[in-house]
Amino acid sequence: MDWPILSTIILIPLLGSLTILLINSEDEIGNRNIKIVALYTCIVNFLASIFLWVNFDKLSSEFQFIERYAWLAENITYHVGIDGISLFLIILTTFLMPFCILASWTNVKNKIKDYMVAFLILESLMIGVFCALDLVVFYLFFEACLIPMFLIIGVWGGARRVYATFKFFLYTLSGSVLMLIAIIYIYIVTGTTDVTILSGYDFNYSIQNWLWLAFFISFAVKMPMFPVHTWLPDAHVEAPTAGSVILAGVLLKMGGYGILRFSIPLFPIGSFVFTDLVFVLSVIAIIYTSFIAIAQEDIKKLIAYSSVAHMGFVTMGIFTFTDQGIQGGVFQMISHGLISSALFLSVGVIYDRLHTREIAVYGGVVKKMPIYAAFFLVFTMANIGLPGTSGFVGEFLTLLGAFKVNLYVAFFATTGVILSAAYALWLYKRVIFGVITNDEVEKLLDLNLREYIILLPFVLLIILFGVYPNMVIDLTATSTTNLIDNYNYAIEQYQSHLVSVNLEIGT
Amino acid sequence: MLYSSIVFLPLIGAILTGLFGKTIGARKSELITSTLVAISALLSWYVLLNVGWVNGKNDQVIVILKWLTSGALDLSWSIRVDTLTAVMLVVVNTVSAVVHFYSIGYMHNDPSRQRFFSYLSLFTFAMLMLVTSNNFLQLFFGWEGVGLASYLLIGFWHHKESANNAAIKAFIVNRVGDFGFALGIFCIFYFFGSLDFNTVFSNASDLVDKKINIFGYSISAISFICFLLFIGAMGKSAQFLLHTWLPDAMEGPTPVSALIHAATMVTAGVFLVARCSPLYELAPSVMSLIVFIGATTAIFAASVALVQNDIKKVIAYSTCSQLGYMFVALGVGAYQVGIFHLFTHAFFKALLFLGAGSVIHAMSNEQDMRHMGGLRKFIPKTYILMLVGTLALTGFGVPGLFGMAGFYSKDAIVEAAYVSSISIGSYAFTMLLVAALMTSFYSWRLIFMTFHGTPRASKEVMSHLHESPNIMLIPLIILVIGSILSGYAFYDSFIYAGFKEFWASSIFILKDNYILKELHDVSYLIKWSPTIMMIIGVTFAYYLYIRNPHIPQKIAKDQEVLYSFLLNKWYFDEIYNYIFVRPAVLVGKIFWKRGDENIINRFGPDGISKQVVKITKKIVQLQSGLIYHYAFSMIIGLTFIITFYIIVGRGS
Repeated sequence: MDWPILSTIILIPLLGSLTILLINSEDEIGNRNIKIVALYTCIVNFLASIFLWVNFDKLSSEFQFIERYAWLAENITYHVGIDGISLFLIILTTFLMPFCILASWTNVKNKIKDYMVAFLILESLMIGVFCALDLVVFYLFFEACLIPMFLIIGVWGGARRVYATFKFFLYTLSGSVLMLIAIIYIYIVTGTTDVTILSGYDFNYSIQNWLWLAFFISFAVKMPMFPVHTWLPDAHVEAPTAGSVILAGVLLKMGGYGILRFSIPLFPIGSFVFTDLVFVLSVIAIIYTSFIAIAQEDIKKLIAYSSVAHMGFVTMGIFTFTDQGIQGGVFQMISHGLISSALFLSVGVIYDRLHTREIAVYGGVVKKMPIYAAFFLVFTMANIGLPGTSGFVGEFLTLLGAFKVNLYVAFFATTGVILSAAYALWLYKRVIFGVITNDEVEKLLDLNLREYIILLPFVLLIILFGVYPNMVIDLTATSTTNLIDNYNYAIEQYQSHLVSVNLEIGT
Repeated sequence: MLYSSIVFLPLIGAILTGLFGKTIGARKSELITSTLVAISALLSWYVLLNVGWVNGKNDQVIVILKWLTSGALDLSWSIRVDTLTAVMLVVVNTVSAVVHFYSIGYMHNDPSRQRFFSYLSLFTFAMLMLVTSNNFLQLFFGWEGVGLASYLLIGFWHHKESANNAAIKAFIVNRVGDFGFALGIFCIFYFFGSLDFNTVFSNASDLVDKKINIFGYSISAISFICFLLFIGAMGKSAQFLLHTWLPDAMEGPTPVSALIHAATMVTAGVFLVARCSPLYELAPSVMSLIVFIGATTAIFAASVALVQNDIKKVIAYSTCSQLGYMFVALGVGAYQVGIFHLFTHAFFKALLFLGAGSVIHAMSNEQDMRHMGGLRKFIPKTYILMLVGTLALTGFGVPGLFGMAGFYSKDAIVEAAYVSSISIGSYAFTMLLVAALMTSFYSWRLIFMTFHGTPRASKEVMSHLHESPNIMLIPLIILVIGSILSGYAFYDSFIYAGFKEFWASSIFILKDNYILKELHDVSYLIKWSPTIMMIIGVTFAYYLYIRNPHIPQKIAKDQEVLYSFLLNKWYFDEIYNYIFVRPAVLVGKIFWKRGDENIINRFGPDGISKQVVKITKKIVQLQSGLIYHYAFSMIIGLTFIITFYIIVGRGS
């Protein structure tokens, strides 16, 4: 076996955080060093993850960069590996991290050491989530992510941070309990928690439904799907800018990823049976939360609600079990990771200046911050799903897939394109355009170099992925086809089983 | 390379001035963008000459870059050039070049003109992507791209609340149309497994018998597709019901109105239907719908234009009305005639708008015609330009001899409606004739109110009154030539003897569609009827606004209900505001406060945590420290356990 690249990528941030722990944080220089170490760690890790992209074999349907070490039991091993679906989620994570560190450069003042340590540990855990090929390993990473995030919101968050953190914790933890029970059950029945072995295992059909539900509830909370989405607006509003970026950019993707990696391969029949439920919840999410977004008075809350709507496209796309739907869903996750992060970073820019997220306080910002206004316009248009930006590709593909499967789902979900234009443009108008009525806005200064460096890559990537999405979509093709083939095979078995059962009853 | 240059030169201009406009300065930005678009325009004429008359190559496709591949879906960025595209290239680039140069003068005082020129070029690029696309998705890209540019340009003066609202309105109403368009695209992919024009169009006939089940109704698949695409066209081309954004779009600078909201973007819907002629030819029911919507728009918009006082609003409604004409032509199967009118209309409508811009410029931004009057002595050149535009729009000419641009194209539409065999054809014919009368009336009313009579402007404004600079007037010569000659010069190739060779395969018509031949064989009365209507209209206008200028006010007072109905544009804005806009915000609030906070949170996390706290408190109370309490609960517990075992034991 080659160099254990995945473990390296998981460990680099941990090493970085260990280094930071050794630095004295009493004085200015120490704090500066802490930030520099954190930044360099993240950049190195990003470059390391690019290595994955370069060496990824897009034609192979096997997991790649596999590592497997003995661990808890014979069949509970430390098993990691990636395919085309996880590849870009890892790169997304490592890509966002340096910007999170940069975005916290000046606005985080107290306990900077602990803050950076929390972020680096979080990075390790998130990457672990996207590599894990063993249910127990996955569960550990998945749950452990909660702790640093809990701290980031709870310690460095806004005024109502305690309420937000508890809500966040309560939701996600109660979701995961069921998943834990399901994992234990799976181990008892099959004697293994290895995903590569389990995906060939035929669970009893009625049991599958229960297992599917147990996993789904946990993932639905993370997505978040209607009606378990109400933690997200609060968490976003209270989180510091970098926390929101990670929350929207990466943590929300764990739900969709979990469905693709576990729910569908392990419980294809469960996925089949509950398809309509997912469709209904997705469509409600798209319409319901878009309407709520229209009425918001807080910038971050508006973006949070729009996130829920956009994640609705992901679940809808995945459960079409078509190439377009699933690839669109994966692409939508990547794209939303970029767009929502960029939006939260943009809000951070003006929040750092005026210390309020209230829409009404702003207006006329373009006069004082024209470059910022231009950047924000690109992100807004991407959020609306304008063709030529990455936001369009995901929505288009998922809707195209949905139309193939269920006309009504596509019909109602497509109304989202009207609603998203309404809330996003109205927000843009109220914040950026108009005459300046607030003296504070009159004093605003345009982007400084640091902010410029943070936002510019997002603009470029959002447009690049909009014009040439194939650079991502191509690499997800084999894994997607593989997933769909296995699913279809299982469904065929199931249906012939149903037929034979009916025949037996008939005779 | 030739085709790529045409499409990408404006983009280069847009990017250069957009990113580095501050560094290179306003004047250079203006010159760079204008020159690049002008080069594009010259090349476009060369292409039209080549494709339309010289070699007639109608199937050229250049692939630029792979775009999207997923399963059966395989899309590229590409450029398709056939006659239809070439005509559109000429329209878009010519008007755009004129507008660019004109704007150098018009916007000379604006501090952010770099941005303005960048947007103009960006718009041009998006429009070119739209007309050169070889698949439905690139078409959609251009479609939304022009929407973005339109949004940015309507709201160009972003300190104005009304401009911002108009920009958002334009975008959202267009999105409603795009909603249909997008569904149409999904539907096409569902049935054809491809979004490429060639694949879709060559397999269209296989779809004739296919049905699709919608809400319990079985509908012909191809009609459904055409219907959905048409909704998109209605939005972009401001047709009846989805027209409300166009008049508001006049908040943008006047050159924008000329380019986007008269000559090019709003005709995208017409282009779409013509482009999809292989589909529409197979969907007769949708064709009837198009005729109905087109004819209704023509008469509706013309009726509103009769009473508007804002000079730009009159022209805006006129545009809306003329687009209705074009749709009627498409709907009766005379696509070539529709495109012909699109072509001629681009020249004279852009001319009218830019002329109006010159008036507004002269009048220190006054747009209300009630405060104008008698201007012909002060701005004679503008007056002549506007006269040419008006003559062309109203279809001035003598049948069989010579006429202005609109005379050939508009009259052909009226005749096509007359000879059309579909049942709604006579409705369309009547509506278009009446609309022709109204067109003549409101156009001359505009001329008379603005240029004739006694000046009604304030002294202040009158003292500043000045003719526009040459940089604004000289480019208009091209439009003047187009308004006078484009009908006469291209009549033969576009819709008469040479039309088959000219259009070649770019527009598809069924074998039994002879409308283009029949429309030339109508009786003299029909041939003269639009001209007669035009004469009646101008006579009325002359009588009311030159001879007896006090009468219009009297009529307005006597017929107050009708007058305010027209003045308020049939109350569409009020109705839409009442049934769509306000409820949307309200529904959002209800979902948020009632749904999320009052139901989900109350019974979800907040409720549960409250219950937990409550139960914990109760449990705490149990620990009273009194021994008899504990003993008592033990006894109760014991009783339960014993009872349970007794019952279970009895069962076995």
